[in-house]
Amino acid sequence: MFALLVLRNAFRHKLRTTLTIAGIVVAITAFGLLRTIVEAWYAGVDATSSTRLVTRNAISLVFPLPLTYAQKLRQVDGVAAVSWANWFGGVYITERNFFPQFGIDADTYLDMYPEFVIKPEERKAFLVDRNGAIAGRKLANEYGWKIGDRIPIRGTIFPGTWTFTLRAIYDGVDAKTDETQFYFHWKLLNETIKQRYPKRGDQVGVYVVEIRDPTRAAEISQSIDATFRNSLAETLTETEKAFQLGFVSMTEAILVAVQAVSFVVIVIIMAVMANTMAMTARERYAEYATMKALGFGNDYVAWLIFAESLGIALLGGALGIVLTFPLAHAFAGAVGTLFPVFNVSARTLAMQVGAAALVGVVAAGVPAWRAARVRIVDGLRAVA
Amino acid sequence: MAAAADAVRRDGDALPLVAIEGLSKVYVRGDQVIPVLVDINLGVREGDYVALMGPSGSGKSTLLNLIAGIDKPSAGSIRVAGVDIARLSEADLAAWRAEHVGFIFQFYNLMPVLTAYQNVDLPLHLTSLSRAERRERVLTCLALVGLTDRMDHFPNELSGGQQQRVAIARALITDPTLIVADEPTGDLDRTTAEEILALMERLNRELRKTIVMVTHDPKAAEHAKRLVHLEKGVLVDA
Repeated sequence: MFALLVLRNAFRHKLRTTLTIAGIVVAITAFGLLRTIVEAWYAGVDATSSTRLVTRNAISLVFPLPLTYAQKLRQVDGVAAVSWANWFGGVYITERNFFPQFGIDADTYLDMYPEFVIKPEERKAFLVDRNGAIAGRKLANEYGWKIGDRIPIRGTIFPGTWTFTLRAIYDGVDAKTDETQFYFHWKLLNETIKQRYPKRGDQVGVYVVEIRDPTRAAEISQSIDATFRNSLAETLTETEKAFQLGFVSMTEAILVAVQAVSFVVIVIIMAVMANTMAMTARERYAEYATMKALGFGNDYVAWLIFAESLGIALLGGALGIVLTFPLAHAFAGAVGTLFPVFNVSARTLAMQVGAAALVGVVAAGVPAWRAARVRIVDGLRAVA
Repeated sequence: MAAAADAVRRDGDALPLVAIEGLSKVYVRGDQVIPVLVDINLGVREGDYVALMGPSGSGKSTLLNLIAGIDKPSAGSIRVAGVDIARLSEADLAAWRAEHVGFIFQFYNLMPVLTAYQNVDLPLHLTSLSRAERRERVLTCLALVGLTDRMDHFPNELSGGQQQRVAIARALITDPTLIVADEPTGDLDRTTAEEILALMERLNRELRKTIVMVTHDPKAAEHAKRLVHLEKGVLVDA
C-alpha cells in the first residue's frame, strides 16, 4: 500500500511532476557535463605515473637544458632510465587544429610510456624512419590520418614547414590515456636546429626520469637538483603528477568557476523541488490527517513524502544520467582535441546519483516534518 | 466513572462503553483562555446511537474529536472500554484508534488516488491480516454498503452518497468498538442523506455498532436512539 500511495501520489498532477522531472533532468545532466569538464581538465594528472619524474629548467619551462645532463641524470642513485622531449608547438593547417607535438628520444621515451600501446611492426617502422611520426588513435581519427600519410606541420618555435610520415598509431592502455599526442624524432629536430642555428643545438626541453622506487621520489628529485646546483642551467625536478598539476593550476580560476556553477545548478533545482514538495504536501494535509486519524503514525506520513520526493528526484536523476552520455559525446566532438580525454567517469555518475538523492531528501525535509507535526483536527479542517 | 455511570444508568443498567468525567477543553490564544468544553460528564453504553447536537461553536465537534482520540482534553478523563485515552501517548493513541475507532467524515475524506476497494482496505494495512483475509473483509463491507459493483472506481468517479458509503465501509472494516461520525450527511442532498442515515441505523441495529454522531440536522438526529445537547461548551440535556 505504501508503494502504491507513493506511486499514485507522485503522478497525481502529471504536468507538475513532468515539469519537476524535466528540471531535475536538466540540472543533473548539466551537473554531470560540468563535472566531466572538470575531470577532463585533470585527465593529464590522472594519467601520470608515480615512477616518472620531470626535470626542467629551474627558471622556466621555456628555457632548455643541455643534452649533456642526460648522462649525469643516469648516475643519480635510484634512477632507472632517462629520456627527453621538446615541445614543438606547430600548427597543422590552421591554429584551430591544436594538438600537442613533441620531439622525443624515441627509443628511451616509448619504453617509459607503456600506456601507449603500439604494434611492434609500426614501432619498428617509426624507429627506422628519421621523418617518422606517431599519433594517438583519437588524433588520427580526428584528422582521418592513416599509416603512411604525410603530415605537414608549420613550426612556430622552430620555423619552417616540417613534413612527417605517419608510421605508427598508438592506442591508450585504458580510457584515461591521452590519445591526442603527436611524437616525432628529437634527433630530426636537433639536427635541423644545429644546421640553422648551431648555438641552439643539443638542447632539451624536459627530461623524463624513471625511478625504481616511487616512495623515494622526493629524495631523488632533491638529489637531481643538487647535482645541477650552481650550474648554468639549474634544474627543478618534480613528480610527473606535480608537473601536470602545475599546468592545471594556471587555469584554476576557470576550474573553480565551473565547479561552483555545477553546484549552483544543484542548489537551484533543490529550491525548485522543495517548493514543489511543500506545495504538494500542503494540498494533502487533510489526507495526511485522515491517515493519522485512521491510525497511521506521523513517521508513515513523513516517509510517504520522503519516498515521493526521492522517487521523483531519482527518476529525473536517472534520465539525466542517461542523457549525459550522448551530450558529453556531442560536446567532446564539438571541442575536438581540446580535451584529450573526455569520459563520463564512474565518480561523476556516483556524484549525479548522490546529487539527485540529496535533492530528493532535502526537498522533502521541511514538508515531511510539517506534515508529521500537523495536528489531526487542524489537518481535517483543511477539507472545509 | 461514577458520574458517567450515573448518566448512563438513568437510561438503563449497562456500564458505559464511553465514560467521560469532568472533561474540559480550553484553547489558549496569546493571553486569552477560551473554554470550549466545560466539565462534561457523559456515558455512552455499548450499542448506543448518540446524536450530539447544538449550535455552531457549542463544542460538539470538539467533544467528538476527544471521544475519537484525535484531540487531547485540558482536564478530565475519557474512558473507552476501560482505557483512559487521555493518558495515552501519541503513538499508543494512534494504535488505539486503528483498533477501536471507525471514522465517518462530512466530506468523506477518501484517498483520491485509491479505488473504493483500496480505500476500504487501507486501515487493514495496520493489522496482521493476510491479503486473502483482508480481501474477504473488504468485499463483505462493500457488499454491506451496496458498492461491490463500484469497488474499482476512484472517489471522483463516485457520487457523494457513494463516497460516503465507501467511507462507512472503511469505518467498519476493522470492526471497531466505536464509530464516530461528524456531520455525515452535511454534504448530501436530503434523499441521499436519508439513505446514509438508514444505513447507519442498520449498522447500529443489526451489527450492534456503537455510534456517536455530530449533527445540527434534527431530521438526522431522529435516527439516533439518544440526543445530547451542548450549548456554549456545556451539556444541557443528556
